[in-house]
Amino acid sequence: MAIIRVENLNYQYSNSDTKAIDDVSFEIQAGDWVAIVGHNGSGKSTLAKLLIGLMAADSGKITIDGQVLTPDTVWQIREKVGMVFQNPDNQFVGATVADDVAFGMENRSVDRPTMATKVEQALKQVGMYDYKDREPANLSGGQKQRVALAGIIAIAPKILILDEATSMLDPRGRQEILAVIQQLKADLNLTVLSITHDIDEASNADRIVVIDDGHFVEEATPSELFTHGRQLVDMGLDVPLPEKLKDALQARHVTVPRSYLDERGLVDWLRTSRLNK
Amino acid sequence: MNKVMFGRFIPGHSWVHRMDPRAKLVLSFLYIAVVFFANDFWTYLIMTLLLLASVVASAIPLGVYIRGLLPLFWLMIFTVLIQVFFGVGGHVYWQWGWLVVSQDGLNSAGLILMRFVLIILVSTILTFTTEPLEIADGIESLLSPLKKLHFPVATLALMLSLALRFVPTLMDEAEKIMNAQRSRGVDFGEGGLRQRVRTIVPILIPLFVNAFNRAIEISTAMEARGYQDGENRTKYRQLKWHRVDTASLVIYVISLSAVIGLRYFS
Repeated sequence: MAIIRVENLNYQYSNSDTKAIDDVSFEIQAGDWVAIVGHNGSGKSTLAKLLIGLMAADSGKITIDGQVLTPDTVWQIREKVGMVFQNPDNQFVGATVADDVAFGMENRSVDRPTMATKVEQALKQVGMYDYKDREPANLSGGQKQRVALAGIIAIAPKILILDEATSMLDPRGRQEILAVIQQLKADLNLTVLSITHDIDEASNADRIVVIDDGHFVEEATPSELFTHGRQLVDMGLDVPLPEKLKDALQARHVTVPRSYLDERGLVDWLRTSRLNK
Repeated sequence: MNKVMFGRFIPGHSWVHRMDPRAKLVLSFLYIAVVFFANDFWTYLIMTLLLLASVVASAIPLGVYIRGLLPLFWLMIFTVLIQVFFGVGGHVYWQWGWLVVSQDGLNSAGLILMRFVLIILVSTILTFTTEPLEIADGIESLLSPLKKLHFPVATLALMLSLALRFVPTLMDEAEKIMNAQRSRGVDFGEGGLRQRVRTIVPILIPLFVNAFNRAIEISTAMEARGYQDGENRTKYRQLKWHRVDTASLVIYVISLSAVIGLRYFS
């Protein structure tokens, strides 16, 4: 059964000449993990915002769990969809971890005893219970994103949308959060829609949807898509930052080390290098 | 330590730390109101003893409080001097042109100084022992009767707590921007006042731009998490009135009544 159905969706920003979303249609089956990949500005974040009515589409129809998205149903649809955003700090509303997890429930006027149990339960599921009284300033980005996940599962949605949720994390934080999401997906039977540049995150998906310039380009399984090799970059999937920088420097005829550098190695090399031509 | 102590929170588990922020707010306000009724040795003695008892109950050394007073030292000297020279009446001790040191002048200077110190200290006890967020909760709870007049108390409280939550985030960001400017050769500690003000501008502009972008993202995230309006929400954080609060209330009411009693009925 299709839990998300998008039909002929169009959207154009008022300050732009081209459509951000141009006649996009697709379906997502309940229980699937679908990744949406594409370049910056390809319209993938716009798509996510349209799906939960944070922006209104110019035309087209969005159906979530059998309910058509209209201004009247938008709050009911937001009950069914939880969304994790890119910047860990800009979605942490509560003063402490527990307060933040409770925020969504407070908005839905859940009573205090229920909130207390659900906060505890949700934090245990993401492995952040020991941090429940911490303030966000004392947490890493990955920990903050886990708290954001706890806040979402506390309201028991059916669909989880990740809007580049791992892009500001270090590789370890990214691995941790992906592991937590996989676990939650299995435990709670979630449908996951992840918008991403990250090849690891995309490889977790059952299917990958490629969009470019607001158009639907291709839909494939990860193993089909990953045979494209270097072309993946053109689709908007990221090679690691050090490799990208090395490519850019090489294009300017700077001698770069041939061996693979991680981010630390890159910083060390940059500090000592004179960028000789 | 040359950091400003005034308005800081010092964690602890003392009697005062454990008190309900509402009780602390109400007692502080009561105390400040009653300070203006004190007018002689005995009333000031009671006020001072009550304050010292509260300082002891906060388990923070008196020295820390004194350091909290230091930034206000010049303001105090200034107020005292104004009172000394411009209060007239009673026996004149010294005169030079229009400058007069009289008995009444000295009396009122002493009185003002005493009031000043007591008021600052009692509010310092509040801020030392109460997290900003607890103060925000306390204010919200105390203002809740205004909801009947359709005053957006809960929205105001949420704004306050969001602002408090982002103080460390913005401080971090300012630090990062400063480092970025330093790496481009800006020296922040150098030059005259003009030069220093000029180096502040390239910090403030990116800081403001980022703050606005943040605000937009936060409001999007809040909406996505089901935030519709401030007033019809339940609260996760709850304030609890304990026996220490009742006990403190009783002690304060008795002492403060004694001050008013002494002033009007002795």
